[in-house]
Amino acid sequence: MHLGAVDWGVISLYLVFVLGIGIVSARRAKSGNDFFLAGRAIPAWVCGLAFISANLGAQEVIGMGASGAKYGISTAHFYWIGAIPAMVFIGVFMMPFYYGSKARSAPEYLRMRFDEKTRGLNAVTFALMTILNSGISMYALAKLIQTLHVFDAPFAAMHLPQSWIFHGAILTAATVVLVYIYMGGLRGAIYNEVLQFFLIVAGFAPLVWLGLRQVGGWEGLQTTLGPAYTHAWAGMAHANTNKLGVDWFGLSMGLGFVLSFGYWCTDFLVVQRAMAANSMSAARRTPLIAAGVKMFIPFIVILPGLIAIALTSAPDKAGHMPAPVAAGHIVQHEPGVIPIKIDSATGKPMLDAKGHPQLDYDLATPNLLLRYFPTGMVGVGLTALLASFMSGMAGGVTAFNTVFTYDIYQAYIRRKASDQHYLMVGRLATLFGIAASVAAAYLCSQFNNINDFLQLVMAFVNAPVFATFLLGMFWKRTTGHGAFIGLAAGTLTAAIHHGMTLPMDDLPGLKGGWISVTHTYASEMAQNFWIAIWAWSACFITTIVVSLATKPKPDAELAGLVYSLTPKIMPEKGAWYMNPVLLGVIMLTATVALNLLFR
Amino acid sequence: MLFDVRLPIGLLFLAIGLLVAATGLTGDKAALDAHSAGVNIDLIWGAIMAGFGALMLILAAIARRKGEEPPL
Repeated sequence: MHLGAVDWGVISLYLVFVLGIGIVSARRAKSGNDFFLAGRAIPAWVCGLAFISANLGAQEVIGMGASGAKYGISTAHFYWIGAIPAMVFIGVFMMPFYYGSKARSAPEYLRMRFDEKTRGLNAVTFALMTILNSGISMYALAKLIQTLHVFDAPFAAMHLPQSWIFHGAILTAATVVLVYIYMGGLRGAIYNEVLQFFLIVAGFAPLVWLGLRQVGGWEGLQTTLGPAYTHAWAGMAHANTNKLGVDWFGLSMGLGFVLSFGYWCTDFLVVQRAMAANSMSAARRTPLIAAGVKMFIPFIVILPGLIAIALTSAPDKAGHMPAPVAAGHIVQHEPGVIPIKIDSATGKPMLDAKGHPQLDYDLATPNLLLRYFPTGMVGVGLTALLASFMSGMAGGVTAFNTVFTYDIYQAYIRRKASDQHYLMVGRLATLFGIAASVAAAYLCSQFNNINDFLQLVMAFVNAPVFATFLLGMFWKRTTGHGAFIGLAAGTLTAAIHHGMTLPMDDLPGLKGGWISVTHTYASEMAQNFWIAIWAWSACFITTIVVSLATKPKPDAELAGLVYSLTPKIMPEKGAWYMNPVLLGVIMLTATVALNLLFR
Repeated sequence: MLFDVRLPIGLLFLAIGLLVAATGLTGDKAALDAHSAGVNIDLIWGAIMAGFGALMLILAAIARRKGEEPPL
């Protein structure tokens, strides 16, 4: 596949507009409040779309397509169970404390509510993980662009070696994001995220439309792939009877409660978008508006995976997929959309434990795009991919520069300086953060396992966090010592649980069981969910026990930070869609309806 | 003078939409259709994108006429 002049035109237009928005936003980035919080002046619908977009990074778009191809429509649990309820919860219950406390970041809320050490722990782990995450996703994008071979011809024409495509992709993406955040701060990032959101939809929606036409619509997918692929709740009663290898309890507690609430209700990348809203009411509506859009994202990111697997002959040949229970069979199309995974060291197909060749599921969505889009639309599709990558990365970078400036630099390096000084530090932190992401991306390309290892550490650190915020906001007796020791206990429990369990078919090591194997899970996903449940419970219980043994803050210091000590917010007068509680009920009802529809 | 975020979105979608639709109109029809399951996706989706862009521009213009404060 070669890019035509039109494709280049589309990509260039996108880059010009993204940079332009950064330059225009720069005129309003004159104070710390402007740069880090977008002046707290953004309307709810803009914040809501930015909220979605910052979480629709390239890794998610590619990963959800891959997961759709591997597990089917059950992947939608990551949205319908794993996001919407938590998004409704933060909007209705938690936002009053985040926004009302006037904290400038999530770690800063922890300092106000608890103490310096709890903030420090949260700020440092968050800053580190955000940068590494952004590096991992940069590496994934560059690798993907190289694999797609779309830039081979222009690089050959310029007499540059093919390996430079990797460097070129990393440097271009990093530079563009750097320019618009350095200049426009959070405002530049948020406005670009809205633009990027529409581009992502414009790139993937037509792909689903064409793909569904090709496979005979949803009914066609059902007959071709069988019920295991097209029913989200099929076989969820037991871990061994569904494709995810998880039972309904592990799914709803591990994913639906601990992991989901831990991310959507405490991660500053998410919370920052709502904190930029122009009023308390807008801040509360931000995650609710986002939830209304989020529940439909599976249709543009997961369906391409199902379509790709339906159009691929490979799983049938490889015997990877059990024969569909329905009368349908896997339609043979040559060559399959999803290729067989090749070991880059030996050049041979990679085999699983049973000796069957593995499929490279990560290529499901990108290959479908190259297969069905002619020149012109390929430009739109690649722009969507680029937009998703940049929005994800910008989300991380803006959260990092704020936490670094206010929770690390101002807290531990220079306490009292002018607003202009911190603005300058924020800009330098942006530069440093992006440089560190690039370094992390190259680290990933050097050491294959580092990616898995980092994801693991992040899981250990993230799993317990929601217990701390939950107790902090809703139980005034919670103390700083309790929060800090609880977090440490949760992370330690996660590590120990990982060391003592192992997913089926895996060897002890990075996948678990490095202490001794006392339990085997049906899948890695089940192990992850249960690690989260254990870590959360350990943090929850430890925090309560230690809190009861230590001295709490006086009530007067906790006004506006804890539920029972904060005046209730009266529902605002105005149209029904301004009422967060009503919006929340609507979102939950719609999500239940989607689950019933695809049960 | 500040701007409304709908302005850049509208302009970009209009520009990309027209460019892609024009490719669908002028390009090698048989080759284009063969690529995308018998549908001239460039023309159809280009027109939809351009239409969306125009709608955004109209909404921004209405807000401006009403004298609403631009959100940026």
